[in-house]
Amino acid sequence: MLIKKAADIRSSEITPKSLYLRRREFIQASAAALVAAGCGTLAGDDVAAQGGGLTKLQNVKKGSAFNTTEKLNSYDDITSYNNFYEFGTDKGEPKQSSKNFKPRPWTIAVEGEVVKPATYQLEDFIKPYTLEERIYRMRCVEAWSMVIPWVGIPLADVIKHVQPTSRAKFVEFTTLLDPSRMPYQRSRVLDWPYVEGLRLDEAQHPLAILAVGLYGEVLPNQNGAPLRLVVPWKYGFKGIKSIVKMRLLEKQPVNTWQRMAPNEYGFYANVNPNVDHPRWSQAKETRLPGLFRNHPTQMFNGYDQVASLYSGLDLRKNF
Amino acid sequence: MKAIAYLKPVIFAAALIPAAALAYGVSLALVYGDTRHVGADPLDYITDQTGWWALTFLMIALCVTPIRRLTGWNAVIRLRRMLGLFSFFYALLHMLTWLVLLNFFDVDAMVKDVIKRPYITVGMATFLILSALAMTSNRFAVRVLGRKWQTLHRFVYVAAIGGVIHFWWLVKADITEPRRYAVILAVLLAFRVWWAVQKRSAKTRPAVA
Repeated sequence: MLIKKAADIRSSEITPKSLYLRRREFIQASAAALVAAGCGTLAGDDVAAQGGGLTKLQNVKKGSAFNTTEKLNSYDDITSYNNFYEFGTDKGEPKQSSKNFKPRPWTIAVEGEVVKPATYQLEDFIKPYTLEERIYRMRCVEAWSMVIPWVGIPLADVIKHVQPTSRAKFVEFTTLLDPSRMPYQRSRVLDWPYVEGLRLDEAQHPLAILAVGLYGEVLPNQNGAPLRLVVPWKYGFKGIKSIVKMRLLEKQPVNTWQRMAPNEYGFYANVNPNVDHPRWSQAKETRLPGLFRNHPTQMFNGYDQVASLYSGLDLRKNF
Repeated sequence: MKAIAYLKPVIFAAALIPAAALAYGVSLALVYGDTRHVGADPLDYITDQTGWWALTFLMIALCVTPIRRLTGWNAVIRLRRMLGLFSFFYALLHMLTWLVLLNFFDVDAMVKDVIKRPYITVGMATFLILSALAMTSNRFAVRVLGRKWQTLHRFVYVAAIGGVIHFWWLVKADITEPRRYAVILAVLLAFRVWWAVQKRSAKTRPAVA
């Protein structure tokens, strides 16, 4: 009778004694790496070291008092994860599908309750103002956030320049409507063109900017070239991209997402951990590219200086 | 050996590819900060992928019977349990993502989620059905449950409908993909309805005659 001998353990499968003795160290190191990856951010460098090889912006004023000192998201993350439905509803899509978009020449119309309605070439529109770097947190309504070094002009300066009439109470912005250049506008996912709005006093707040750049270079197409709104205390969808029109109004405009789903998206859209989206909590966020949704969301995204704009306003109703 | 005996391990291996790719992509992101495969939001990616594959395997499992009846290839039935279990496997990963990465075991937040948010309520119910089906998918359970087994496992249709509703309700605006799944499911369910109607009329006819 043949009795089978148990197969020998191959020498290649035996852990060397030196490694075996250090097994706890190994496990601790792995655990530490996991924790670090989950809590902190994974990539990111200082502003000077990154970019996408686009045109550098000159004479940018740095060191704004509004800048956050949190770790920046990498250029790659900021430019490959975009909610820009005109170029596709998947956040990875706009980078590819906006590749051939030409943001110049570009005109911006200023209309409505202003003393000087006019249409500007992009360059003339920006020329009167100083470009400033603003490193802001960006909190998306979908509960993720990034830290982004924008370059832009203060919206308050623009508004002063175009001279609103006494009747002006709101500002409405409109994105370009051109399905031949923005392919997803052929779909009916949103009611095109994208429209956003601010109360005039919100638009005049020094935190609000019209961004024309990222990481010291001109704005990449997928981030809203050539000109977009950045209001860091509000959810990201307020930051309308590729703006062609600014209209000063007496009555409150209806923004696109509010029109789409008024129970989910309001006009104000201030970042607020205490008011949940009907379908998910807003108490915490994922600080990208983190693996956990464990970053506490701050009221007004941490920009407390805007609180006085809303004194007496029920933020639960006016979400 | 029959074709199915070769096919089964091949499909088993193929069904693990999404999980392996996901694990690889996430490891790259964690170890090297290389988010090439998982994107800037790995959590979102993991949630999407695991949910998508759970639903996809459920649809594939529901294709087995129509394929069998339309082609007469009876042996294909031997893939059904495995495909169903892969749906459960990805649903379990999806559920664990929610439990650990999204809520980090915060029981209060999760209870609130399930009660307050219809798409999570439906998702959780779907997961519970799939769990019950997975647990009773062994031969022992088939034997013990007898006729009740089939009644229980018909709940797979409820789970499939639940999965599609969960998907439909969670998207922000673009319903292209959930709609695609709804259409596929409608076709798969239409087969069953048609067969049930035929069976009934076949049964009643001799009684009339």
